[in-house]
Amino acid sequence: MMAEPKTLFDKIWDSHLVEEKDDGTCIIYIDRQIIHEITSAQAFDGLRETNRPVRVPDAHLLVADHNVPTKGRADGIENEESRIQIELLEKNAKEYGLPFIDFLDVRQGIVHVIGPEQGFTQPGLTLVCGDSHTATHGALGALAFGIGTSEVEHVLATQTLLQKQAQNMRITVNGELRPGVTAKDMILAIIGKIGTAGGTGCVIEYAGKAIEDMSVEGRMTVCNMTIEAGARAGLVAPDQKVFDYLAGRPMAPKGAAWEQAVAYWKTLISDPGAKYDIEVEMDAADIEPQASWGTSPEMVAPIGAVVPNPADIDDPAKRETVEGALKYMDLTAGQKMTEIYVDKVFIGSCTNSRIEDIRAAAAVAKGRKVADSVYAMVVPGSGLIKEQAEEEGLDQILIEAGFDWREPGCSMCLGMNGDMLQPGERSASTSNRNFQGRQGPGGRTHLVSPAMAAAAAVTGHLADVRELVDPQAAE
Amino acid sequence: MKKFETFSGVAVPFPGHNIDTDRIIPARFLKTIKRTGLGVNLFNDIRYNEDGSEKEDFVLNQPAYRKSEVLVAGDNFGCGSSREHAPWALTDFGIRCVISTSFADIFFNNSFKNGLLLIRVSAEQRDALLEDAARGENARISIDLENQKIVRPDGEEIPFDVDPFRKHCLLEGLDDIGITLQSGEKISDFEAKQKAAMPWMQGARV
Repeated sequence: MMAEPKTLFDKIWDSHLVEEKDDGTCIIYIDRQIIHEITSAQAFDGLRETNRPVRVPDAHLLVADHNVPTKGRADGIENEESRIQIELLEKNAKEYGLPFIDFLDVRQGIVHVIGPEQGFTQPGLTLVCGDSHTATHGALGALAFGIGTSEVEHVLATQTLLQKQAQNMRITVNGELRPGVTAKDMILAIIGKIGTAGGTGCVIEYAGKAIEDMSVEGRMTVCNMTIEAGARAGLVAPDQKVFDYLAGRPMAPKGAAWEQAVAYWKTLISDPGAKYDIEVEMDAADIEPQASWGTSPEMVAPIGAVVPNPADIDDPAKRETVEGALKYMDLTAGQKMTEIYVDKVFIGSCTNSRIEDIRAAAAVAKGRKVADSVYAMVVPGSGLIKEQAEEEGLDQILIEAGFDWREPGCSMCLGMNGDMLQPGERSASTSNRNFQGRQGPGGRTHLVSPAMAAAAAVTGHLADVRELVDPQAAE
Repeated sequence: MKKFETFSGVAVPFPGHNIDTDRIIPARFLKTIKRTGLGVNLFNDIRYNEDGSEKEDFVLNQPAYRKSEVLVAGDNFGCGSSREHAPWALTDFGIRCVISTSFADIFFNNSFKNGLLLIRVSAEQRDALLEDAARGENARISIDLENQKIVRPDGEEIPFDVDPFRKHCLLEGLDDIGITLQSGEKISDFEAKQKAAMPWMQGARV
């Protein structure tokens, strides 16, 4: 008899199932955990209170990212609460003997950037982190999801989680993205289509030619924002691009183990005929460069469009939500997206701070100047990316154009390290959330790709990057 | 964790959809290293003016709702960041139960681990409860987890579903790490098998 065809998610799930209880609650083995300073202190306190050891110390990797200064960090951390939190992370790492990267180490960076960069993230693993953007790691074919602090403690103590199996959803993006359209535009368009709760209870597998054609970094951008569609995790079947990406990375398998690993990784594809609970299909050629106009990532539009009119919405609750968003964002129905003027531009975050993101921004910035009315900052995702960008001369291009070139961390994505919007200020940001107050109380965020953010920086307003740079020539 | 007991309390209406965890507790309050004390910053940026004074029109600042124990919410409550500070802030304020049509996954998990009961009801039931809640102190809502029912001020009962394992943990005040560790042998067996078949999967030093 033929075995039932399985999805990629089913395969990884089944290979990590320790026990299934009568009501369907499962104990799932967790291979790896990344731990940062914001969501872990209370978990370690929990271990101490109950006198429990860490079950598998080498399964964890600790690094500070959310709260680190992005300027002059060698001089120490000025904010006392931030300093205490970062020092506590190191103390916990030492007390329990856990792998740790110091915040002054060149390998330091945003958890979701350094996991893949160090080869800690690998296909077929289960990987968690006390951070919702853990979905990023699904780009390499790992089943990766964000958890809360109690679950961080649960993984430290038991190397497992209690969960029920999620549903399978597949989003197939057929055809090719048009020149000047990026992974960020694709995921914003997807969230705009399925909504911010469109993936609730699901693991989303991304498939289709546009995903296959995409770089591993681009896939990370897509998987990263899966959580903004409400899904638990995003996944892309690992292929030769992923194997090439991982080869030689410090924590990737070596020698015979590498051969064995690759042979296994090649089996990590959904079987023909595997069943999905929800299927969505899109045509890549329909996707335009996107920008968000509201206070939820589903509130996006193509850059050539206008701000929507709430009066056109029938559902009263939805209409009220859109009215509220426009009021908060200080926008008028019918206003052209390209007539939205910005005060700050942020290029960074776990969504878009990798080398190709910085290259894309520099390509637009080259030979241009940041508009007088704009402050623009670039925050690389890791020390190694910063170093590589500097070797490629990208920092000089950006600095000459008037961008502030900073040190790695989460920075203005969530505005907790002091990099933030002031009340009423408006940003074009390559981050992932445009929630009210996300980048600072009263701040207004427009989500865009790195190239679009650079275009906003040099023009002073949201702009179609294809009108600044010939996308054919740029490729 | 404290055992979850049947109670009757004031319900606060919170009708907006997609209330995210940044709204529940903004990131700058995540510098704490404790689980307690976050109630004062619950909904901080919509609850206080820039000078720290209370916004009079914000619902939890109104006399009737200062001691709310139930929150009746719009769709997809708790979306966004995985911060467990969101349920910590809600429980520290005194909220013991949130009722909505839907919740974001991570927030849902986090809440139950902190003794905060989340109840899913239909949109019609939620809207009826919003109307009850709008009556403030004059309308107390009872939450009976044991018998899985919400009792409206007029005595009407709304039954609800809850995962049996989560219900058991809440009623008994159980720590689920302790429960999982009872399966320690099975976890060890899994690790031994995985190590033999896929040795590269287990750990890697920086």
